[in-house]
Amino acid sequence: MSRQALPFSVQIAFFVIGALLCLASLTSIGLVKSKPGHDYSELRQRIRTWWLIAGVFAAAVLFNRTVSVAVLGFVSFLAFKEYLSLIPTRRADHRVLFWAYLSIPFQYYWVWMGWYGLFIIFIPVYVFLLLPMRMILIGETQGFLRAIGTLHWGLMITVFSLSHMAYMLVLPAETNPAGGSMGLLIFLVVLTEMNDVAQYLWGKTFGRRKISPKVSPNKTVAGFLGGIATTILLAILAAPHLTPLSFNASLAAGALIGIGGFVGDVTISALKRDLGVKDSGSLLPGHGGILDRLDSLTYTAPLFFHFVYYLYY
Amino acid sequence: MLRLLFYALVVKPLVLIVLGIHVRNRSFLPNSGPAVIVANHNSHLDALALMSLFPLRIIPKVHPVAASDYFFKNKFLKWFALNVVGIIPIDRKPAQTNRNALSPLTEALDQGSIIILFPEGTRGQPEKMSKLKNGLGHLICERPIVPVIPVFFYGLGKSLPKGECILIPFFIDAFVGVPLHWEGSRQVFMQKLTERMTELQNKASTTDRIIDD
Repeated sequence: MSRQALPFSVQIAFFVIGALLCLASLTSIGLVKSKPGHDYSELRQRIRTWWLIAGVFAAAVLFNRTVSVAVLGFVSFLAFKEYLSLIPTRRADHRVLFWAYLSIPFQYYWVWMGWYGLFIIFIPVYVFLLLPMRMILIGETQGFLRAIGTLHWGLMITVFSLSHMAYMLVLPAETNPAGGSMGLLIFLVVLTEMNDVAQYLWGKTFGRRKISPKVSPNKTVAGFLGGIATTILLAILAAPHLTPLSFNASLAAGALIGIGGFVGDVTISALKRDLGVKDSGSLLPGHGGILDRLDSLTYTAPLFFHFVYYLYY
Repeated sequence: MLRLLFYALVVKPLVLIVLGIHVRNRSFLPNSGPAVIVANHNSHLDALALMSLFPLRIIPKVHPVAASDYFFKNKFLKWFALNVVGIIPIDRKPAQTNRNALSPLTEALDQGSIIILFPEGTRGQPEKMSKLKNGLGHLICERPIVPVIPVFFYGLGKSLPKGECILIPFFIDAFVGVPLHWEGSRQVFMQKLTERMTELQNKASTTDRIIDD
């Protein structure tokens, strides 16, 4: 609000998000009243979590750049912490993990400064080279490759990928007259979440053939295709109001978010299967962990960012 | 006052935000003393994490029991441990009989305190239990009405293990068990407690985190 007046389309977007959540809450209250025998506690809990996510998201975009970057950096911190708590780590790497954590404030500081060059190479190059060196100074070679591999993959997914969300907020607002500085991020997050919901609903209604039975037995071909189609449609409808995308570009962006969201989802599922947990934590009640909420965004955030960045910035 | 500020502004944010803790069966924790909480001991954070599970209004009544030989090593540490953390110091290797060594604990219990004890005696390997020391049995023998609540922590030994001074954030799981009561014999009581702790430990290693994906 300090940067400039909120663009009209952004006000509408928040109004729609609020209305959708109210609708969801009312529907679930109605269900509880009309069918007292059923247990809707999980649904109720999920909707409550959606309110929480929407609240955090609003706090992240509506104040100033410092608050936005700090909130999104904290989200990265929570995701990385959850990842490290799930994977096996070596006792010898205690101090290496400290340096890995320290990369989070640095990465988000580059975002805050708007230093694109360093933002884009800091974790893939410098942290990638630094952490193995720190491990070698400790000198434990048993399990070295596994330790450094899992650590860096986690940083890429939870810090590098997710920090693209924050960078969208510092891109020049003039390039996006319709949506202002926060239009792109709202577009990305709303579409990614709607894509998850659409894939779930299409799959529940028409899904028969499983798309990847070993990794994620609930995912079906119908859910995948229906979800992508829905997301493309939503992208075409929302893009003129929130983004600088042309008609063709918004069609491609919708497909990119649909496919990327699916791949991100099953990637985190594969991680959980490998580690033998079904739910990556219990931070958000009724929703599993924070990684489960961010799984699709770990793919859609960098993919959508670079798509838009290449075409328009 | 200093103590409440320490718990409200340092310990709670540290344990609840920097680390993050998930408690199962929190309702087994007592709302008032006298009571004894026992937990596995892997880190200096254990006592602080346990303290943070209590609401601020109860915290003045909750005291971790700690070894005087370790915490009275220097003046500052002694002042900090006694006045800010609020420990009850005990002598780990008492020269005379056990009764004298335990008297600070029985006094605290008589005043309605909730005390936190680590019956392993020292910080061990992460998430592994060593043999429980008998002092607890003697204490409960003297105050048989006091309930004993077992707690198993998973993850703190990774955050700040023995010998490290840098804290690494990890999510922590805490499993609170059904309160135990004195059953007439020290051996029976200690065996029951060991069994209960092992149960909680097994629960911790096969965490039931199942919803959907």
